[in-house]
This record gives sequence, C-alpha cells and structure tokens, in this order.
Amino acid sequence: MRPVYMITGGITRFAKAHPDKDFRLMVKEAFEYALADLPGLDRDLIDGSVCSYFSDHFTRQPMAGAMVQDYLGLCPKPSRRVEGGGATGGLCFQAAWEAVASGRMEVCLAMGFETMSRVNTWKGNEFIALASDTNFDYPVGGFYTGYYAMMVRRHMHEFGTTLEQMAKVAVKNHRNALHNSYAQQPALLSVADVRGSSMVATPLTILDCCQMSDGAAVAILASEEVAQRLCQQPVRITGIGSGTDAMRMADRPHGEVPLLPHETAEEYRDLRYPGVHSFRGGRMAAKLAYRMAGIIDPGRELDFAEIHDAYTSSEIQTYEDLGFCRYGQGGRFVDAGAPFMANLDYGLTFSGEGTWPRLPVNPSGGLLACGHPVGATGLMQAVFAFWQLQGSIARHLGDAALQLPDPKKGLIHSHAGTGTYITVTVMERV
Amino acid sequence: MNTDAKLPETEEGTILFNTDPIIVKDHYEIDYLHSYAQDSPFFAGLAGKKLLGSRCIGCGYTYATPRGHCMGCGAPTSWVELPQEGRVHTYTTCHFGGEAFLKETPFTLVLVEFDSVDTLFLSRLIGAEPDEVRIGMPIRARFRRNCQFKPTDVYFVPL
Repeated sequence: MRPVYMITGGITRFAKAHPDKDFRLMVKEAFEYALADLPGLDRDLIDGSVCSYFSDHFTRQPMAGAMVQDYLGLCPKPSRRVEGGGATGGLCFQAAWEAVASGRMEVCLAMGFETMSRVNTWKGNEFIALASDTNFDYPVGGFYTGYYAMMVRRHMHEFGTTLEQMAKVAVKNHRNALHNSYAQQPALLSVADVRGSSMVATPLTILDCCQMSDGAAVAILASEEVAQRLCQQPVRITGIGSGTDAMRMADRPHGEVPLLPHETAEEYRDLRYPGVHSFRGGRMAAKLAYRMAGIIDPGRELDFAEIHDAYTSSEIQTYEDLGFCRYGQGGRFVDAGAPFMANLDYGLTFSGEGTWPRLPVNPSGGLLACGHPVGATGLMQAVFAFWQLQGSIARHLGDAALQLPDPKKGLIHSHAGTGTYITVTVMERV
Repeated sequence: MNTDAKLPETEEGTILFNTDPIIVKDHYEIDYLHSYAQDSPFFAGLAGKKLLGSRCIGCGYTYATPRGHCMGCGAPTSWVELPQEGRVHTYTTCHFGGEAFLKETPFTLVLVEFDSVDTLFLSRLIGAEPDEVRIGMPIRARFRRNCQFKPTDVYFVPL
C-alpha cells in the first residue's frame, strides 16, 4: 500500500433542520467549500467517490448516494455507498483511503450526509433503534439511549464512575463548540445544568446525549504525488484500524483485554472484559491503527482526538478503549482535566492529578455539541482534524480559540451500535 | 384518439406543512412476513412459560439469548432451559423512547444474569420503582398468559 493524504475538506453547518436544502445540495455545499479551499483541484482530477449515509428510512430514498454523485457532476466515475450505523462516516473515510492506498484511485472523494429532521425525534429514535437486533433487542427496549444507560450503569458499578464526571464531558464539549460556527448546540453549561436537564434514560439526561441533525461533510484523499503537487499543507493518514463486537450487547463475553503496547496483563488481572462496560471493537480498532502509525503510548504521543461522543458516558468509556488512560480510570481522567482545552475557562476546577498529560478530546465540540447527522459525522471529525493539523482553524471558523499550538498527531474515532462497528484513524502533519 | 382526454378530479389533497420550501406529509407503511427461523423454538417456549437459551455442543458455552451456532467455536448449539430466577446485571428506566414505545414510558430495562450461564438476557422489569432497582438484585421471570410470540412475552419481577 502507498501513502495517502487528506488534501481538503468541507462541512455544512449542522442544524436541527435544513428544510431549504435536500441531501444533494448539502453535500454540494460541503464539496464546493472543499474545492474552493484547494485551488488547483477540480472535479476532473477526482477519480471517484464513496458515499456515507446511515439510514434509508431517513431519506426515504434508497440509492441516495447515486443521486449525490450525479448532482456533483461526477458521473460516470465510480462510486459506492458505505453503511455501518454510527460508524458510517469513519468507514467511508477508510474506504476512500483504501481506494487511494491500493492504487485504484489517485484522488477519492469521501462524502456523507444525513437528513434526520424529515421525521419527528421519536420516529428518528425508532429508526436508529431498528439498527439493534430486531428479534430480541428492538422489541424489548427500542431505544439506544436505554442501551447506553445500561452500559454506563455497569461502568459506574465496576469502576466508581460518577454522574458529575459524565456531566463534565458535556460541559467541555458544549463549551468548546462556542468557538465552532458549524456546531448545532454550543453552550456554556454547568454540571448542575446537565444533571438538571430532562431525564431520558436513567442516569442519562438530555444533555448527556447528542442531538439529531441535518448536515453534510466531505473529505478528499489523494496519493503522495497529487498531494505534493496540489496542496501546500496535506495531512498524512498514518494509521487505519477498525473493529467489531456482537450486535446484541447481552452477548458480550468476558475474557482478556487486548493489550496496547504501553499496558501489561498484570494491571488488568481482575478485570472481567469487555462485558457491557467497555468496547472491545474500539480497542481492536485502536490497536490496529496504533500499530500502523507506530504509536506506543497514545496518551503521550497524540496531540488531540475527535471521538464519537454520542453520549457523555461513551466518551469516558472510549478514553479507556483508546488507551488514553487505563480501563476504569476514564472518570478520573476527566476530573484531572486531561481532555480539556488548556486555553478555555470551563467554570470547573480540576483535581490536579498529574498522571496524564493534557490530551484535548473533541476540541470541535464533538457529537454532543456539533450534532450527529450520522453519515456526515465521521467525515466532520476528519475535516476538523485536518484543519487542526494544518493550523487553519482560524481561517475556517473565524476564531482561533480551538487551534492547538503545535499539533502533530491527531486521532478520529467513529462508533456504531453499542460498539458494534468502530473505526480509528490516525492523521499526522507532514 | 380523444384530444379532449382529462384525468378525473378528486376531493383528496396533499397535506402541506410549509410552502417555502414546500414540505408535505408523506406516509409509508409495510407488513413483513418475518420468520424467526432457527430462533423459533425460543418463541414457542415462551408460550409454554419456558425460557430457552442455547448451549454449544462443542465447547459448552451457554447463551442466555439464544443463537443457533456458537460465537466462540462455530459449532451448533442445543436448546437448554434457563433458570427462571436471576439477578440484575445492569438497568435503566427509559423516560423517552422510539415512537412505538412512547406510550409505555417510563419502563425499566434490565440485563439479567443467570447462574451457570455465560451471557445476559435483555428484558423488562416491573413491580419495582426506578429507585428500588439495584445491580445484583434477585429477580424472577413471569410470562404473559396470552403469548404474542415476542421477547416481551417474558418479563421479570423482584424476587
């Protein structure tokens, strides 16, 4: 396989509803933004595309990817759709990487969207829940927030994770998004605001959960030759990994933790893993991506991460899968202030525990504050990571607050089901 | 040939929510002929107030939620009757839900763990207030008298 670079990207603002634009026009807007940001790249240089959207129910238009392809003027070039629940965007990005890495394409467009406003929230929840086992899980619970609530209840039981630690994740991500003009729900919140908001599924309140959105995002990947020729600041994709787990969370076994290079079996001797408190697929995805990228200790080598925080609880669970901290320490990692931006005031005091160096997680605001138009989300993360590594945040957001001083390595993470499909991708400044 | 041909006019109209842009109501529904296939004995068991799991004939791994073949070794499984008493492994009370479940809210979900069974079983818990539910709490199965051949034919109550 040959080196692959991201050379440009674009996103629409994520919003509760964009009734004035259908999915084709939303993708077109993100696409035109990406082209405008890279003079020298035009449609003729794009060899093909991969399209990302989760649910045919939301669009009520099977083959919607084909309609985007022709709307963008890319016919008769190759295209296909990738789908994998909440991880659809991450899988799409990796599929575009494969197209370039294999030599099949020089330039590949990864494009994604979701138009979730086309049904009421409770109908949307039903569509999402239909992506659980429809024989055994959907008819009993029919609600993903309920599944995640059960997972974090067990995490709290096993590890002592607290509601306040979860709320701090919401405070962080909404606060970060105050500097992101693309975000759906920027806000200055307190822990009390999060705990005092409407209860959705105990212990998760509405501010512990991401919102449904309309939105689109694109990322354009290219070979080294094209990246060097066209792009002043390409970003290299140095690690690709993905993993899976049993569709029914009730089936998750107990076994040994797949270890990352900086961990030992001894430290997890008493941990029954993964059960419903951890995501084995995420650990697998991280392990593969770190191996390819040559990362030994992710918490010290990465400069930031954009992770799939559909719930405050799943952000905490994911720190552990990704090896930012040990399994069971996700709550303390939050209390220590490690995943917060150094330059922003969150109205919180941190424990000062020096175990972990600062590793900002979801500087964009993540899904919690940006919204979660499923097929666009993983690609939105890629675009923010790209801008972050380029140092171009101020130009794209009109605000430099979210720009890290000197980021060299970033991680994006996309997650489906109750951890059923997970992708991890490492991106590096060149 | 009829150069004066006209479609019939009807009294029905389109339900319009908005005019700029035009947003209309668009209804869609479907009936599936859904087969439980190899999982069918589980649902038949519910009608007889039996909770059936499956046990791998190769490695003996026992599944609370049945599956026809073992996830670990790939061998076929055989049907086994699960205990009807277990414990709460984890729980939540849903105050919101998908459209089909809104009228049932709030409802409590539990993952049930059974002695000598390797995996868990998702079910509803009734008869306990949300703040009375605890991890490790003993619970027992009850069955609907009129079977609907759905996994909600079995539910749990405090022991």
